[in-house]
Amino acid sequence: MILDFEKPINDLEKKLETVQKTYEKHPDPERKIEMKNLEKQIKRLKIEIHNHLTPWQRVQLARHPARPYFLDYVKLIFHNFIEIHGDRTFKDDKSVVTGWADLDNQSVMLIGQQKGRTVEENLMRNFGSMHPEGYRKALRVMKMAEKFSKPIITFIDTQGAYPGIGAEERGQAEAIARNLKEMSSLKVPVITVVIGEGGSGGALGIGVANKVLMLENSTYSVISPEGCASILWRDATRAPEAAKALKLTAQDLYYFGVIDLIIDEPLGGAHTDHLMTANSIKKEIKNTLAKLNKLSSKSLVSQRYHKYRTLGEYIEKNQIKTSRKKITKK
Amino acid sequence: MKKWYERTDEKRIPEKSKAKKMPEGLWSKCPSCGKVIYQEQLIDNQYTCMECDHHFRIGAKERIEITFDDKSFKEMDTRITSLNPLEFTDNITSYDKRLSQAMKKTNLTEAVVTGTGKIYGIHVACAILDFNFFGGSMGSVVGEKITRVVEKAIKNKIPLVIISMSGGARMQEGIFSLMQMAKTSAALALLSEKRVPYISILADPTTGGVSASFSMLGDINIAEPKALIGFAGPRVIEQTIKQKLPPGFQRSEFLLEHGMVDIVVHRKALKATVAQLLRYMT
Ligand SMILES: [Zn+2]
Repeated sequence: MILDFEKPINDLEKKLETVQKTYEKHPDPERKIEMKNLEKQIKRLKIEIHNHLTPWQRVQLARHPARPYFLDYVKLIFHNFIEIHGDRTFKDDKSVVTGWADLDNQSVMLIGQQKGRTVEENLMRNFGSMHPEGYRKALRVMKMAEKFSKPIITFIDTQGAYPGIGAEERGQAEAIARNLKEMSSLKVPVITVVIGEGGSGGALGIGVANKVLMLENSTYSVISPEGCASILWRDATRAPEAAKALKLTAQDLYYFGVIDLIIDEPLGGAHTDHLMTANSIKKEIKNTLAKLNKLSSKSLVSQRYHKYRTLGEYIEKNQIKTSRKKITKK
Repeated sequence: MKKWYERTDEKRIPEKSKAKKMPEGLWSKCPSCGKVIYQEQLIDNQYTCMECDHHFRIGAKERIEITFDDKSFKEMDTRITSLNPLEFTDNITSYDKRLSQAMKKTNLTEAVVTGTGKIYGIHVACAILDFNFFGGSMGSVVGEKITRVVEKAIKNKIPLVIISMSGGARMQEGIFSLMQMAKTSAALALLSEKRVPYISILADPTTGGVSASFSMLGDINIAEPKALIGFAGPRVIEQTIKQKLPPGFQRSEFLLEHGMVDIVVHRKALKATVAQLLRYMT
């Protein structure tokens, strides 16, 4: 799939390919120069587009069907993954995958929301939208990690918790609420990486962490742009406007003090180079974990509590209280 | 035979509302059965229909009057108000402007009133959401005030009661609203650790980010009859599954049936039930 704003790049890339093929048949120096120029042009255009992505374009990148998903990262970052299934109460919710893995020489518990690439996969994964049993499975393995003093790394990639009859019957609200409460007092390091869509409470339900990292073109929001546009203007097609109003990009959230680190993506987005993206994520997880490993369980709990305790912005007795970072924009 | 909660002990039940003279001729029509009810009767009946038991949606002020012992409620954190951190606008009216309109309309400073008060002599910390202010939605201020009242309960070692009526997280404050879910739930984890009781009362409606955080986390979750309680709104569910929802879906009795709330209690029995539960839990 080629996104609208990727088209000019794609056109140039196709042109380059044609020239390359001609060159292979008839190696003439002029073609060589043409190729060099095209490569330069492509790079320049990529930088140009990349530096001026609108919030809506980032939403599209975050949802890109070729974007790496949780299980892609499991393969590219970790070793010896053993999946753990089920909430021991109702069933195994396959929209979230959990299990033990090695991160080089440290064992960790992984929890990740998993979208599918094919129709069959998406049916099985429910498009990465969790049911209550998914949140309960996640909590079960978090408690297991805590029991054996192992860090927890969660990967967020969901449109949101599933809105359905069964989900309500089995207490979607309770399941999410309980995870928020229980995650806040886990005695082991918790790191969350937003890799695609951070869809509201459904994302936060596995996202109460000591450190929250976000891929450059991922999003995190209280409501989807389409949902917001429907409420404001009764018109979901105005989602691009809503995306801007919601301030849902990694850059906005870093500035608000909600996330701790932005992980750079390859030029053109994560989908253009899975391995390079995975390596960047791995590097930042390892850096973050190295710091958290030094903290006692007590400090981990209080650090996490403090992080959420201070989030917000309001005015009290004529004084503005805010979690916003006092950074000067580049 | 009288039910145990229908006490007639004058000292225990403040009949403040009875003393208040309402202007003649004010009346409401029950939205459920159509019965015409005079305001005075409605207040006497704690804003429920005497014909069909419909529970009217009531504001924080009315809630305080029917819940706390006479003049025992002391409001706290009255000078916290919302900002517009996202500079949010629907392209017609900015969020700031809508906030001042809501303040004027409701005579409230935000969608929650917090404080301490007495319920049949038991000192409690309490938060009451008000649906009239931005649909009772939770932004930075609601999250902060709820968290502070939880901290108050911890500090003073007094039980916590939260009465919810809310459409969920406040869209206009974006990610800040979402994070209040984590903030309030984390505070409740501390409360739980200190073994301070928390009773959550869910009134019509309680959905979204409020049901998916503090209001589902009571030691005891009490629902008022027929209240809409759920995570997703019914319309969103219908659009997703492309089916009509069964009658009674996401109502209190449905949640009771599915084990998500502990008791469904008529508003007129609410205060006595809370007091009795607190006696068991303290
Ligand atoms: Zn009626």
